[in-house]
Amino acid sequence: MDKIYVLLMAFISIVIVNNLVFTKFLGICPYLGVSGRIDMAFGMGMAVTFVVTLAGTLTWLIDHFVLMPYGLEVTRYICYILVIAGAVQLVEMYLRKFFPLLYESFGIFLPLITTNCAILGLCLFINLWGIDNFIETVVLSFGAGIGFTLAICIMAGIRESLKIADVPDSLKGAPITLITAGLLTLAFMGFAGMIK
Amino acid sequence: MENKTLGISNVFTAGLWRENPILRLLLGMCPTLAVTTAVKPALTMGLSVIFVLLCSNIVVSLMRKLLKPHLRILMFTLAIATFVTIADLFLKAFQPEMSTVLGPYIPLIIVNCIIICRAEACASKNGLFVSIIDAIGMGIGFTVVLCILGGIRELLATGRIFDIPVMWQSFVPLAAMRMPVGAFITLGLILGLVNLITTKKS
Repeated sequence: MDKIYVLLMAFISIVIVNNLVFTKFLGICPYLGVSGRIDMAFGMGMAVTFVVTLAGTLTWLIDHFVLMPYGLEVTRYICYILVIAGAVQLVEMYLRKFFPLLYESFGIFLPLITTNCAILGLCLFINLWGIDNFIETVVLSFGAGIGFTLAICIMAGIRESLKIADVPDSLKGAPITLITAGLLTLAFMGFAGMIK
Repeated sequence: MENKTLGISNVFTAGLWRENPILRLLLGMCPTLAVTTAVKPALTMGLSVIFVLLCSNIVVSLMRKLLKPHLRILMFTLAIATFVTIADLFLKAFQPEMSTVLGPYIPLIIVNCIIICRAEACASKNGLFVSIIDAIGMGIGFTVVLCILGGIRELLATGRIFDIPVMWQSFVPLAAMRMPVGAFITLGLILGLVNLITTKKS
């Protein structure tokens, strides 16, 4: 029971309290780029969730069973980026075969997931926090994806109504999006300290 | 001859203002927002990015004729990851304090869009010399914006610059500027200002 409680807390913590987008600034590029329409934002979030779960788990396994026993930590970053690129390629092939419509609507953004900082960032943070439990790694990776989806969907919702708002000319586009994002992080700061 | 020098200086100044990576192309936002709590980490980050950008541009430019289209992004990332590892180990050895402050944001240079964008848009199409000039121009443009942002945030959050107090006695520090909120709103306002200047000019 205790174990489930710990995992649940870890999940809530990574989704809300330590949300990668709001507190660590990871994944800002797609967050600002794709969040124009809510359905696309959700699709992007799901793709990222899948890749991040896969990549987080795989990099943890490689780290603990290949790199650490053989003292190859120097090559850590290169291994991580290779695993992520491979996972993205897998998702791309899967989507093209089974969901061609979704694949079309992603366009350039799908290969760009490789360079999404949220994914590499999560792998690095798992390493930095010294998580040595496999199940916790899976939960954290999945939670990070859900947190990203949450952030990008909230942002898309706000931006859909921003279109009809009266924004000063020079602030249209990226500036107002950044300021909105700032106010959103202010709201999420309310959760800080809820879970350590 | 004169035409060529003009072209080179054009490439150099593009990164400083006309195609500034942060202000115009909106690339590399994660490190921009994350490390600019003060000037010093911002400067360290900027210099690391210049180093990686320069090396990756040189390597990509040298091997541009060997690249296969479908494998090129992977090759870019591998070259970049190598140089980022070098930069990371260098910082750990000689600037341990900065290394802990920047933490995972140094390895995150690998996925910094600026570097891949320059490899793709410039180095894989141009010769060695142009690529080097482009890397230096873009790198300096990035570092300057990073330092401006870091300066504003450090000044408002603590009233100091490089740990030297510069504000008046009764100045009340705005703790929020240290938080993510400060980063987003400051950058948003700077981008707004840049837009205003550009529209005024034209």
